[in-house]
Amino acid sequence: MSTFTQGNVSIEVDEDGFMLEPEKWNEDVAKALATTEGVNELNDEHWKLVHYLRNYFLQFGVAPMIRKLCKETGYDLKKVYELFPSGPAKGACKVAGLAKPTGCV
Amino acid sequence: MPEKTRDELVQIDFKPPEREWMDPAIDFEARRGTWSYPAAAKNLRYLGFPNPREWSPTDEDWQLPENWQQIIHDGLAERLNKYRSLKLFLDVCVRCGACADKCHFYLGSGDPKNMPVLRAELLRSVYRNDFTTAGRILGRIGGARKLTPAVLKEWFYYFYQCTECRRCSVFCPYGIDTAEITMLARELLNLVGLNINWVIEPVANCDRTGNHLGIQPHTFKDNIEFLVDELEDATGVRVDPSINRKGAELLFVVPSADYFAEPGIYTFMGYLLLLHALGVDYTLSAYASEGGNFGLFTSHDTIKRLNYKIYHEAKRLGVKWILGGECGHMWRVIHQYMDTMNGPADFLEPPVSPITGTAFTNAAATKMVHVCEFTADLIKHGKLRLDPARNDHLRVTFHDSCNPARAMGILEEPRYILRSVVNNFFEMPENTIREQTFCCGGGAGLGNDENMEMRLRGGLPRANAVRFVHEKHGVNRLACICAIDRAVLTTLMEYWVPEVDVSGVHELVGNALAIDGEKPRNTDLRGRPLAGGKGDADA
Repeated sequence: MSTFTQGNVSIEVDEDGFMLEPEKWNEDVAKALATTEGVNELNDEHWKLVHYLRNYFLQFGVAPMIRKLCKETGYDLKKVYELFPSGPAKGACKVAGLAKPTGCV
Repeated sequence: MPEKTRDELVQIDFKPPEREWMDPAIDFEARRGTWSYPAAAKNLRYLGFPNPREWSPTDEDWQLPENWQQIIHDGLAERLNKYRSLKLFLDVCVRCGACADKCHFYLGSGDPKNMPVLRAELLRSVYRNDFTTAGRILGRIGGARKLTPAVLKEWFYYFYQCTECRRCSVFCPYGIDTAEITMLARELLNLVGLNINWVIEPVANCDRTGNHLGIQPHTFKDNIEFLVDELEDATGVRVDPSINRKGAELLFVVPSADYFAEPGIYTFMGYLLLLHALGVDYTLSAYASEGGNFGLFTSHDTIKRLNYKIYHEAKRLGVKWILGGECGHMWRVIHQYMDTMNGPADFLEPPVSPITGTAFTNAAATKMVHVCEFTADLIKHGKLRLDPARNDHLRVTFHDSCNPARAMGILEEPRYILRSVVNNFFEMPENTIREQTFCCGGGAGLGNDENMEMRLRGGLPRANAVRFVHEKHGVNRLACICAIDRAVLTTLMEYWVPEVDVSGVHELVGNALAIDGEKPRNTDLRGRPLAGGKGDADA
């Protein structure tokens, strides 16, 4: 556990930089976390994905299935990787303040 | 992926280090990529496990309880008394070395402490010191050593560098189950708060929501409904699985990754299509929503605690018996622990197939049948219409998942199924399959990203065998019957044999299964086009 600080943002993160207190997420946090994923500016497409993940997480408490994410955002996996080079789980979910899935995944 | 290239990773140095093995000094910083992050304090607190704290193996001070040596000594004494197998395994080894080159981690890393004999010796040396007369008198020359902080750190490193796959045990002339040594060593480590998050978070999630992923009932239902929609898109058939339905004949328990992660979701679709085609009266449960049991990688008490829900739910729903999905270590728990820990399940009936009338006498005690046994029996009795040409775009080999193969002997059933549902099936070399199967490199909680280098090293023998059949026969699909495999082998193939992808067996069953009311099948369950426009042939 460590503290990640950037500008006005100061959050607790795990070893891989995922938020430990997802309830403290806001758009400034997303922007700050995005820079750790090599995304220096979030455009409308990034935000569409991030907000989809965020809303799903608030409703369901976990990350969505990737197939569902692709279907409901209209982005295929290639597009998701273009937006977040480390992919849906490690990139997009991190920026949206979700926890890493664990187990047989 | 690690920064190392494949060419760098295969430069394995088998020359033993000059340093005396009894004096360990592990530089965790230099060995990043070969160990797993410690359990988060919140998960240990949730479970009521000892010594929750934030720490890292790279810390000098691991913040152990003050009397940690006494705790471990007492813990070992208790377990020696409780498990006769442990005392036997610690006493009987003659260090013949038959196991030495059988471990995938040794073969992939060249680290002699990954020889199963020496891994066990890490614990055995302390046992000698504390519990045997010879060890007390002879000390180091008798192979005994004190439990120092450095020895404890070494335990943490190497006992979380064993996947409990039991390949070494196949070759031991004394039948020493080295996985049990690791299990017991991990139990001791847990007593002082030395555990890894990739094990403990799934355990905590399982305790809270019934499954590793922390999926709650409303999410469970939503995921299943999504997969039902996807299956309808692929086949034109609308299946209607029920959840928590009292009075169903069967309870069906699968690993949670099968209704969450690729490629397991296609295996799940295969199960649903099969059960629908036959009109089996079954229910899923949002409570018994996990076949896997990471208690096996923690402690016997934890196995029992997590396993309890399966019988409890079977009783609550009033089913006759339980069907289990393609999960790996789940079957070691079911086959070897469930009946004595949480049974006898005398409220259930000895399993009989509702379709063929076959009595699964092998499951008379546990009342739980493997889906591959169930399906192989259906095929044998001609109850399925199968069109293997629908898998002609695939050239398939089969990875025997360690626990179903070695812990319960599921060797023939998956092969029988595969030969019925695909036209192109090829075996890997015989010393890498069946009882001698090589581990995926990421079982027992080691399938996390921070441990990636060791995963890829440990998976190298398996990947090598896959590469062999890929080059010889053009194999492009690696089938297996374990959810950890489906996740870990996918990454392993991306690295070592990127031409090959991974699936469960029932995904291939789902592809081949002809069913009333289906649309012309032009794609497989993944939506990929079939070979040569096949898919509407008569089955």
